[in-house]
Amino acid sequence: METIKELEAKATEIRRSIIKMTGAAGSGHPGGSLSAADIVATLYFHQLKLDPAKPDWADRDRFILSKGHAAPVLYGALAERGFFPKEELLSLRKMGSRLQGHPDRNLLPGVEMSTGSLGQGFSASIGVALAGKLDKKDYGVYVLLGDGECQEGIVWEAAMAAAHYKLDNLTCFLDWNGLQIDGPTAEVMSPEPLNEKWRAFGWHVLEIDGHDIGAILAALEASKAVKDRPVMIIAKTVKGKGVSFMENQVGWHGKAPDAEQVRQALVELG
Amino acid sequence: MIATRDAYGKALAELGKNNPKVVVLDADLAGSTKTINFKKLFPERFFNMGIAEQNLMGTAAGLASSGKVTFASTFAIFAVGRAFEQIRNSIAYPKMNVKIAATHAGLTVGEDGASHQAIEDIALMRSIPEMVVIVPADGVETEQAVKAAADYHGPVYLRLGRARVPVIYDNNYQFKIGRAHLLREGKDVGLIATGLMVAVALEAAELLQREGIAAAVLNVSTIKPLDQEAILDLARKTGALVTAEEHTVLGGLGSAVAETVGESFPVPVMRVGVEDVFGESGSPKELLEAYGLTKENLVQKAKEALWLKAQS
Repeated sequence: METIKELEAKATEIRRSIIKMTGAAGSGHPGGSLSAADIVATLYFHQLKLDPAKPDWADRDRFILSKGHAAPVLYGALAERGFFPKEELLSLRKMGSRLQGHPDRNLLPGVEMSTGSLGQGFSASIGVALAGKLDKKDYGVYVLLGDGECQEGIVWEAAMAAAHYKLDNLTCFLDWNGLQIDGPTAEVMSPEPLNEKWRAFGWHVLEIDGHDIGAILAALEASKAVKDRPVMIIAKTVKGKGVSFMENQVGWHGKAPDAEQVRQALVELG
Repeated sequence: MIATRDAYGKALAELGKNNPKVVVLDADLAGSTKTINFKKLFPERFFNMGIAEQNLMGTAAGLASSGKVTFASTFAIFAVGRAFEQIRNSIAYPKMNVKIAATHAGLTVGEDGASHQAIEDIALMRSIPEMVVIVPADGVETEQAVKAAADYHGPVYLRLGRARVPVIYDNNYQFKIGRAHLLREGKDVGLIATGLMVAVALEAAELLQREGIAAAVLNVSTIKPLDQEAILDLARKTGALVTAEEHTVLGGLGSAVAETVGESFPVPVMRVGVEDVFGESGSPKELLEAYGLTKENLVQKAKEALWLKAQS
């Protein structure tokens, strides 16, 4: 069993990768990648049954990054987990790279679903979970959803379907960082109250601090006991978490750090 | 006479018996799309997604990513119109093994009116990279197309109709994705049709024959990948083409044929289809007549094509 400290170290390593790869790319989405780093690190280094040598192993757990613009956090985790060489991270968003601006399942091993158009990865996860039930597999399906993403109608179509089909093999994290491109989600189009909405849609809802690895582990453990219902773990996070000048700054949703900012961010992350 | 949706329902049930990987999704229209046949036999492999077409397509993609041969059905207007981007981004771009079997396409939806008459779906589907687009002409071809779509690994759009249409083929016919079928030889003009217009084109060829005009009839049931050789062959032999489809004249079969001959062997191409207008309520027969999807209009267009040929 990994210690919390070890998982924190993995999260830091993933955050460093996010900074380096978006810096090298000159574009990308660091803010919402950094906010999800602790959740994604915990999934990839504690929860998910995976074999990097056999990315299409039938019994593997599935992770679907529905907020596909946070591709850097997924790529960072996959590289860290050994799905491809870490050097390749620096090819992000470049012509010919397997690391497309948004994840492409046919290019990069370990990517379960091509995502980027919001809400669609979450919808696909319903199909993956249904297939798991149909095939009597005990793999888990894990999803990372954004809070702004909850403004998409398809999210609620899928939410209804997951509860209807009693998909207790589906566990979703809602990265509640409170910001979207045009400003605070509460001002652009408030998705709140999130907890009540998901409960009303038939989900088992947990609320945690999305940067507290102990809390993430506890929520994952608690979700195992839930039967006949999908689980939504609403994780309060800070957009740009770990880099002081990016934290809670809406401008860092889709902007890359320059060379000096990369240097400064890496110093801060340690 | 049999509606292609009925043939679909029958073929799907058959497919379910032979292939346990086949799963079927619908959006509260199972009785109309005829997926209900499959549902009755294999309830555990049938998923009603409710009136939620975006999630219908997304869920279909997820099932396909898990190794299922996935059929997703609803009316064409909702499949292609409402869920276009799910089809594009969750099904086509990742090359998912999903068959979008959309029924009630075209004007012959009938009385439900323009809101339910998809006349743009062929154009939209064929504009997506690598999407296979099939429009069967009758029940026999539909049954074979359903099997062929299941055997093919990747996204397929199967366009089906509500109204009963004449049976053209017998059981000796062999449908193949990407292969057009020459139903009638003729040296003067080539009638290129798809879907229920194939039967109309055959009737038009008879009328033309009476006037001493020898018209060939080519059934282009696969709009994409297009059988360019068969079309160019007909262009070379006849020098004048008429296309016919139950679809807007913009972006469908007519456009595909014009693009093909325009780039390789330019000959006049007259298009029969819905002339860039919306439909309305009416019986299928009334609508086909009101919007020019008739053998008489095909004959008229054939003569115009022949006139153009004579000018060149």
